[in-house]
Amino acid sequence: MITVALDKSPEDARPWIEAAQPSSPAAMHVALVDTAHRLADLYNIVNVPTVFWIDEHGRIVRPNDVAFGTDTFKHITGLESARHLGALRAWVNDEAPALPAGASAHELMPRLTAADQQARAEFGLGEWLHRQGQGEAAARHFVRGGELAPHDFTIRRGTMPMRGIDPMGPEFRAMLTDWVGKGHAYYKPLADTQGPAAS
Amino acid sequence: MIETRFTIIDDGRPADVPARVRGDQVHLSPQALERALGWTLKPEGLCRANVCVPLRAPASVETPEGVDLGGVAAALGRPLAMDVEARAAYLGVGAHERSQHLGSLEAPDFSLPDLQGRPHSLREQRGKKVLLVAYASW
Repeated sequence: MITVALDKSPEDARPWIEAAQPSSPAAMHVALVDTAHRLADLYNIVNVPTVFWIDEHGRIVRPNDVAFGTDTFKHITGLESARHLGALRAWVNDEAPALPAGASAHELMPRLTAADQQARAEFGLGEWLHRQGQGEAAARHFVRGGELAPHDFTIRRGTMPMRGIDPMGPEFRAMLTDWVGKGHAYYKPLADTQGPAAS
Repeated sequence: MIETRFTIIDDGRPADVPARVRGDQVHLSPQALERALGWTLKPEGLCRANVCVPLRAPASVETPEGVDLGGVAAALGRPLAMDVEARAAYLGVGAHERSQHLGSLEAPDFSLPDLQGRPHSLREQRGKKVLLVAYASW
């Protein structure tokens, strides 16, 4: 397992990484920090958490899915962690394919537009300006990126800490209410991991 | 027109080069273009290593004031985010290139640091099944 924190600094991610330190070295995983959202750009990640299954040959066999390790947010997301964990375990043990019969990873891969990539460039410039201490200029590009790709919450919400905005506060809640009110989903899990776990 | 220094970030890598700024346009010398992005202007178009991209509108790239940065980005099919006031621009990866790579289902390799600053790549895990999890504290 590789975990990647899309956070503005390693210090923001440290409490989570340290809390997840396993008691046995056998359960060690690679815990990385991605302040420039490199992974988001490479894998077209638009919200967190996003998970990918990658096989022994380095192929994406299950693209952009939403899965939580616990049921802490189940009352909000409606996603039961056991469902993804069960499917993952079956795939790892070669008991089940990564996707249900008839589904293709290629077709499930989210599509990219020129506006999406322009938004990533705006984020890239903003993140660089933020690191140079040019907060005001940075904020202009973060906001522009969010306008270009309104579905991309790694930009709209993920840059809030760099803009001095509470990412759990009223601005986020207003953004979420507006987004959901327009008929969009905030999390977009693949169909077969939605709903309660199979008994 | 203002003669100034300008930072051009090529997919994450910054280069500080001399530039001429007029309004929202940024012009570079051919030398500055090559230093920042590795591309050179040749009669056949924009060239890097043994690849040349023909220019559909050469006049929008090669102007009397220098090489137009916006024209270069457009010719390469790459998004350009620019802040003339802050004297910086970011050249991203085009949607076509990114879509093609993701469509191939080959997991893009990356190298990112852990909390101690040690780099780790996806490639190091080759031969194992990998669960890749992107998350954040926000």
